[in-house]
Amino acid sequence: MDEFITTSDVHLYYGKKEALKGINLSFPAKGINALIGPSGCGKSTYLRMLNRMNDLIPQVTTTGSVKINGVDIYSPKTDTVDLRKKVGMVFQQPNPFPFSIYENVTYGLRIAGVKDKQLLDERVEHSLKQAAVWDEVKDDLHKSALSLSGGQQQRVCIARVLAVQPDVILLDEPTSALDPVSSGLIEDMLLTIRDKYTIIIVTHNLQQASRISDRTAFFLNGELIEAGKTKRVFLNPQRQETDDYISGRFG
Amino acid sequence: MDPIKKKIQSSSRETRQDLLGKVITYTCIALIVLVVLSIFVFVASKGMATFFVNKANFWDFLTGKNWNPSMVDSKGKPMLGALPMIAGSFGVTILAVLFATPFAIGTALYMTEIASHKGERILQSVIELLVGIPSVVYGFIGLSVIVPFVRNNIGGSGYGILSGSFVLFVMVLPTVTSMTVDSLRAVPRFYKEASLALGATKWQTIYKVILRSSTSGILTAIIFGMARAFGEALAVQMVIGNAAVMPTSLLSSASTLTSVLTMGIGNTVMGTVANNALWSLALILLLMSLFFNIVVRLIGRKGRM
Repeated sequence: MDEFITTSDVHLYYGKKEALKGINLSFPAKGINALIGPSGCGKSTYLRMLNRMNDLIPQVTTTGSVKINGVDIYSPKTDTVDLRKKVGMVFQQPNPFPFSIYENVTYGLRIAGVKDKQLLDERVEHSLKQAAVWDEVKDDLHKSALSLSGGQQQRVCIARVLAVQPDVILLDEPTSALDPVSSGLIEDMLLTIRDKYTIIIVTHNLQQASRISDRTAFFLNGELIEAGKTKRVFLNPQRQETDDYISGRFG
Repeated sequence: MDPIKKKIQSSSRETRQDLLGKVITYTCIALIVLVVLSIFVFVASKGMATFFVNKANFWDFLTGKNWNPSMVDSKGKPMLGALPMIAGSFGVTILAVLFATPFAIGTALYMTEIASHKGERILQSVIELLVGIPSVVYGFIGLSVIVPFVRNNIGGSGYGILSGSFVLFVMVLPTVTSMTVDSLRAVPRFYKEASLALGATKWQTIYKVILRSSTSGILTAIIFGMARAFGEALAVQMVIGNAAVMPTSLLSSASTLTSVLTMGIGNTVMGTVANNALWSLALILLLMSLFFNIVVRLIGRKGRM
């Protein structure tokens, strides 16, 4: 299998506390990968390591090798600005900028220097359609994104990431702050774009992981316990901890 | 009466405490409101006397260029043209804020976005120190450093609007800076994260997201700086030259509403035209600070939407 992202022996420390204890995990190009595990198990930390968002936190040290498309993203030569254009991120809380919907979606392109109005318009329409929110906002593109509902805001945030056309999309519990209907819309939407992007989603919702993901990785206390095809992990877990977690005995 | 009924119907200790607290706070508020109102009424009645008792024309007062309250002009009316002082006040205020704003925003950005925790603390105390220096000290430094500097390097006598705005620049800088810092800190951290995660550089994040979403806060800071500059008397009076004539350049001696007031209030007799005229200037100052307050409110309301 062609591995698009490989992480080998990744350790991450917050100060002296070890949050990731030697993770060996890889993801093929395209498809949806779910990271599951109880709170504080390191799955979000792992996710934020993939676009180096952890760099923003003081006193974080990362060791090991992280390669995306063959490039070591922790090498001193890596430009985090370029990296984050290729590896987009959607956060737990919908976080649109307090600007118009149009400005939100075009933000990533504008900072990259795109000025062509026609191209911007096209990308806005395309991304909002991909994010399944176009029909709801197409007449109000110049209204503030903050006037939308939480679910719509989150889909605009996804469109904002899609507009930059990244290779990888990281989603950090994107639906945990949303109602079930909005969550369902986002899940359906992720399924429609799974063939175009490598999607990694952190979720607390096991049903969500089993519904949409192709592969699942289970984290516990900073360690990777088990990873594999979602069906296999859920129906036939090889480790006792995984079995306990997915059957709801803890977590 | 049976004791339980009595206990329920009489107020408890906590309720009485509550009542006492309410009485104390309301009394304090009432006193302060009374003081503010009486200041306003006093200044207004004194300031209006110029126009109602001494029959000066209000329009001439605002637009006239000759200030000489003890003299009368050809029509027998006192020469009460306040325009030179109004121009002087606005001149020093606007210039001071124009000088101070870029420095204030730069310092505030450094403190909130770039400096380490230690650097931030040091800058914070420097700024607090600047606030605490009495204005007479600023005036004195202005008199002995800025005035000769302007005279030797730029021209004129050294006294004038330019020197006044240099002194005010240093005086409003801490106000504008610390308020800008507050408004930058109020920008949610997740805006910054979202921007960086989209591949923005730190600088792009600062000017496209952080500065933009704190615009109303920064404007408020600038208006507060203007209010402070407009109302400053002593330090300005020491360096501006105090000539109640229309300023012809930034380097010529001028005066402000405040400087004329501090110079003149001890030299006039209550009830005379000259004294009433000073009260009219005070009324303008009061109205201006009211105006600055209203502007701040309006910006705040707009910023919330």
